[in-house]
Amino acid sequence: MMIQYMIRRILSSIPVLLGILLVTFALARLIPGDPCRAILGEKATQEVCDRFIREKGLDKPIHIQFGIYLSEMARGDFGESIRYGMPVTRLLVERLPMTVELSFSALIVSIIIGIPLGVISAVRHNSWVDVTTMVWANTGVSMPVFWLGLMLAYVFSLLLKDTPFWLPPSGRVSPGIPNDPFYEVWGLTLPAEGFLLAMFQFLSRLHILNSLLTANWELLKDSTTHLILPALALGTIPMALIARMARSAMLDVLGQDYIRTARAKGLKRSAVIYKHAFRNSLLPLVTVIGLSLGGLLGGAVLTETIFGLSGVGRTLYDAITARDYGIVQAFTVVIAFFFVALNLIVDVSYAYLDPRIRLT
Amino acid sequence: MTNIETKVKTLDAEGLSLKSVSLWQITRRRLFRRRSAVVGMFILGVLVFVALTAQWISPYDPYQVLIGIEEVERRQDPCIHLFGCPADQPQHLAGIDGNVRDEFSRLLYGARLSLMVGFTTVSFAIIIGTVLGALGGYFGGWIDNIIMRVMDVLLAFPSLLLAIAIVTVLGPGLINALLAIGIVSIPAYARVMRASVLSVREMDYISATRALGGSNLQILFRRILPNALTPLIVQGTLGIATAILDAAALSFLGLGAQPPTPEWGSMLGSERNQVFTAPHLVFYPGLAIMLTVLSFNLLGDGLRDALDPRLAHIS
Repeated sequence: MMIQYMIRRILSSIPVLLGILLVTFALARLIPGDPCRAILGEKATQEVCDRFIREKGLDKPIHIQFGIYLSEMARGDFGESIRYGMPVTRLLVERLPMTVELSFSALIVSIIIGIPLGVISAVRHNSWVDVTTMVWANTGVSMPVFWLGLMLAYVFSLLLKDTPFWLPPSGRVSPGIPNDPFYEVWGLTLPAEGFLLAMFQFLSRLHILNSLLTANWELLKDSTTHLILPALALGTIPMALIARMARSAMLDVLGQDYIRTARAKGLKRSAVIYKHAFRNSLLPLVTVIGLSLGGLLGGAVLTETIFGLSGVGRTLYDAITARDYGIVQAFTVVIAFFFVALNLIVDVSYAYLDPRIRLT
Repeated sequence: MTNIETKVKTLDAEGLSLKSVSLWQITRRRLFRRRSAVVGMFILGVLVFVALTAQWISPYDPYQVLIGIEEVERRQDPCIHLFGCPADQPQHLAGIDGNVRDEFSRLLYGARLSLMVGFTTVSFAIIIGTVLGALGGYFGGWIDNIIMRVMDVLLAFPSLLLAIAIVTVLGPGLINALLAIGIVSIPAYARVMRASVLSVREMDYISATRALGGSNLQILFRRILPNALTPLIVQGTLGIATAILDAAALSFLGLGAQPPTPEWGSMLGSERNQVFTAPHLVFYPGLAIMLTVLSFNLLGDGLRDALDPRLAHIS
């Protein structure tokens, strides 16, 4: 049943993926002016442009162009970036791990702080803990990510300088820290190019994972301290959303008859709260976590820009300022696909938690 | 006779009046009973006041460069007489910005732009979203299918990212940023409207209107739309908060309002590298954005609870 549901859900996201490709294709064709110079830069000569237009099929009818675009995307070919002098795919392998690490740690921070806060304020309804949490949560969802990030950097990097609480204001790892990819440390021999290499390179650029795999504790400490402020900045909005949702879901469940029954049976208070109430409030939590993923990926652009992290978001921002449309298009597609995949995971876990969904 | 009168009186005393009370009266009463909603309305009231009177209450012209006019330095700290700033120095409540202008006046003018951004984008999205949602929900079939699939695709992008992509194509600028944010917020309203239409489409009073010869348009706008109004109001109020936040983010990235326009996001963005030397230029604009967004969030949450018919008799 579960497998069937998953297959159905995956199939139903195909039209959405096609739609994403259609939108990004249309956006790229809507760029005013000459597409060749928009992609290759203003300085491209007429000869170069003519060849580029022939190669890319830009002189063909629009539906054939879309077909070419689809087949390029299917092969994972996002073209070359003139500015970086490398295929966009390689740039992605280089930059995506940063964004994955950042959004993942922000999500973890928001879940491990948000859920307990929400549960506690529901259990102690109307107490000072509850009031403080809710005031804080309302302020939290209203904060601009970029402002919070800058203020955190100001407090932790300047005001708390020379204290143990100092945290670095920017960058991913300090210069001079040994940072060898795990496959080299392990002495693996890999093909010089291709998918396998790209996969290993991708994994090795997840610094925390790489430092664990190579038992490089210095790198682990350094890369974690660099990640704290960005993760806090990016995680605050989802944290506040999760805390609010956890509170209202718990309040809802705690008012139900079966909770009273459980209490009347003489069950321990903690057992009632965690076994009976909390498990049943998980469902709306999964929904709100799914909903905050979009904000997380959008916010990554802002967070990476502020903290000087060269992830997908930062690269996208640079590409926009440099009018490098090829990168903007490719990265938008990749982030949107990533987002669809995450939503798929959310839906599947939703079905796992609630049998009613997969059975209808 | 007297029997009925005493009965009415006792009912009144129990808070169960027989007088007819409209939905809006109930809502207003319940809204004012919620502390957080009152705080939201208070902040919003101050903001609206500031936005309307910016040209009279701001001490300086927001565009005026003060070089040669006053003895001030670039990015000077705030000087507030009340907090010990010498009285012979000109007062600048929020300091001086990177182009030697009075930051406080710029902040006051920023309220105008921020509220304008919120209301225009959300009005745009509500109008288009409700029309699309109503058409889809009412006519169903392939119209519904096409509209909702397009909405699904729009929702498949993280909203800020799609707005960024749209502005990149249209070119940076406030109007294009507003358009982009408006477009990405359409699906939310289309969904709300469609759901409301679907929930009442098959009801008897709709059939009655049709039997009396009511046209499709009449049914949609006179019979169905009023039913969708309350969720749209709640969604719209919360939507303004998101729109202001996204617009500020676009301006921060240099894609929205362009300098020297006194827009909070762009003011913050142009001084972000100075956060360690002139934190006030980052702190105040961000605080202003946060308070504005907070006021709409609190009001929206309050409205949602106040308009919830399940809680109707608690008032």
